[in-house]
Amino acid sequence: MTRPLLEISRLGVEVPIHDRRIPIVEDLSLMISAGEVLALVGESGCGKSMTALAIMRLVPKPLRIASGSEITFDGRPLLELSVPEMRAMRGDSISMIFQDPMSSLNPVRTVGDQVTEVIALHDHRVSRAEARKRTIALFERTGIPEPAARYDAYPHQLSGGLKQRVMIAMALIMQPRLLIADEPTTALDVTVQAQILELLRELQREFQTAILLITHDLGVVNELADRVAVMYGGRIAEEAERVDLLTTSRHPYTKGLLASIPHVDRRHADLTEIPGVVPVPGEGPMGCRFATRCPIAFAPCQDERPPAVDLGSNHCAWCHAVAKEVAAS
Amino acid sequence: MVGYIISNIAVVALLIGFVVVARAIRSSRMWSDAARNLWRRRPFAIVFVGVFVVIALLDSVAWISAPAAMAGVGDQVAASKPRSIIDRLFAPETFRETSYSAPLADLGFYDKQRLSYPGAHLLGTDILGNDVLYRTFKGVRVALLIGGLTSLIVIPIALAFGISAGYFGGRIDDGVFFVMTVLASVPSLLLLIALIMVLGTGTLQVCVALGVTSWVSFCRITRGETLKIREAEYIQSAKALGVSDWRIIQRHVLPNLIHLVVITFALLFTGLVLSETILSYLGVGVQGSWGQMIDQARDELSRTPVIWWNIAGASVALFTLVLCVNLIADALRDITDPRTRREQS
Repeated sequence: MTRPLLEISRLGVEVPIHDRRIPIVEDLSLMISAGEVLALVGESGCGKSMTALAIMRLVPKPLRIASGSEITFDGRPLLELSVPEMRAMRGDSISMIFQDPMSSLNPVRTVGDQVTEVIALHDHRVSRAEARKRTIALFERTGIPEPAARYDAYPHQLSGGLKQRVMIAMALIMQPRLLIADEPTTALDVTVQAQILELLRELQREFQTAILLITHDLGVVNELADRVAVMYGGRIAEEAERVDLLTTSRHPYTKGLLASIPHVDRRHADLTEIPGVVPVPGEGPMGCRFATRCPIAFAPCQDERPPAVDLGSNHCAWCHAVAKEVAAS
Repeated sequence: MVGYIISNIAVVALLIGFVVVARAIRSSRMWSDAARNLWRRRPFAIVFVGVFVVIALLDSVAWISAPAAMAGVGDQVAASKPRSIIDRLFAPETFRETSYSAPLADLGFYDKQRLSYPGAHLLGTDILGNDVLYRTFKGVRVALLIGGLTSLIVIPIALAFGISAGYFGGRIDDGVFFVMTVLASVPSLLLLIALIMVLGTGTLQVCVALGVTSWVSFCRITRGETLKIREAEYIQSAKALGVSDWRIIQRHVLPNLIHLVVITFALLFTGLVLSETILSYLGVGVQGSWGQMIDQARDELSRTPVIWWNIAGASVALFTLVLCVNLIADALRDITDPRTRREQS
């Protein structure tokens, strides 16, 4: 087995309140191989964006990464790098695109200028003219019409879809090995969403970039992901290959999520939902975080951490019920 | 006595600076558009301010003539002083009367004697017979100097403190905020007068005193705006792409504050010119300012027949300058604010 590109183990993100430490992300372990697309799926507030920011070491104050966390990228321990070393990694080896292209570009500078800035930051040998040429070439590759003219455009002169293309170009200009995409299509029109996903997939194949895709949209997962990790309440609930997860999911939370996708062919049917609300960080059950909303919760769920149940072929679920089923069979 | 040499150097520096800025504006599409837009909106205000600037520059270029060339002037003390182009144009040593005369009058105001220069004093003469237009022109340089020099002191201080407080937060923010609160809790006029008492009443000293007392409000605005910009996604995005803090401040925060700097510069400028008037009224102003003219002229208004031209000369000049700068600032804000800038293509 090849060494994974990114390995996260026992990652915790916590917020200190008085003398308590409230976990936002708990004991999270993940692996991404080179060129792989891993989707991190979960409801709002489940800690998926914090996981992404923790990889970039950009967790906003007062939140912090818990001691004992380990993130290894290409054999280098990210959490032990010095600040300048980490800064040199960002945008060069690991890049990130954010949810809202409308506000992710500086309104007072031309978009081309903002992309070439990234080149200038990471490679001092590139001349301005060369950087401009490379930017325009990548603009063209990301499907921006009239790339040379768009180079000198200000963000307000571009549509949302074009801005997201610029953001993608900005993130990929240094050909990073890992791209973190935090809900890249959430703020876009549905038609534009499909185009952007298509573009991401093409570029991912072309550049062999691994992608950590953060989303709450299972449609997006189906379009793009190789492997899926479902997060709930700051922990991973289930992890599997895309097809396995979408067809033979075992964790009751994943099943609930899949069941709540609305179907066009079932008219007038009520929308299925998972009853209850996401537990507030620091509250909720000590055992399985999903215990309060789980339809099949039983005795140990409230108090005991669920074990990892290996279901073969990279499929793993953290659930007492699944463990019991597997033991019975 | 070396003051006039510094002044000459400053004029050269200003002219070079003007050329550099003009070229920079021409090379940037955004700023040349803004400049054209501004000219279209406020042609008169720009022309008036331009005239003021030209007068101030003409009054700033000075040199000492050889004694022989001053033979006809008479006043030997004045002859050994550096004289500016405005001084040379008006020749105040000879172009004067004995006392008051009304604008364009042929006879003196009280003695009804024929004037030395009948019909030549556009704004009349003051109690000592000085030409009021000349005094008004001399006030232009003082006003621009006070506004400009103080803004040059205030803006860098306020930007440095405001941005670092807003961007880094924590201890730095606490420190800056403490200083601001302390300064804001002292009545500013009192502090101003106390500082001038300590520093002295020269132009530079008054500028420093005004600077110390007036950076707080701009600093507070800068801090607030930086706090807001810091949370913007494009700052997050820049960080995620490996941009350093210093570069983020330089390339992302500052450009988003420029419109604030422009508008604050203009408001500060007019505010400072006006505060100098008040200082003059209290007797601690700068020599030769409009404030001083107004102060000296205030009891002339109660005479019958009224002597109005002294106060009118200074007030109209003051009013015109302040109004024009404010109009330009207002238009500039509309043009440069990224939020009000309209789609143009």
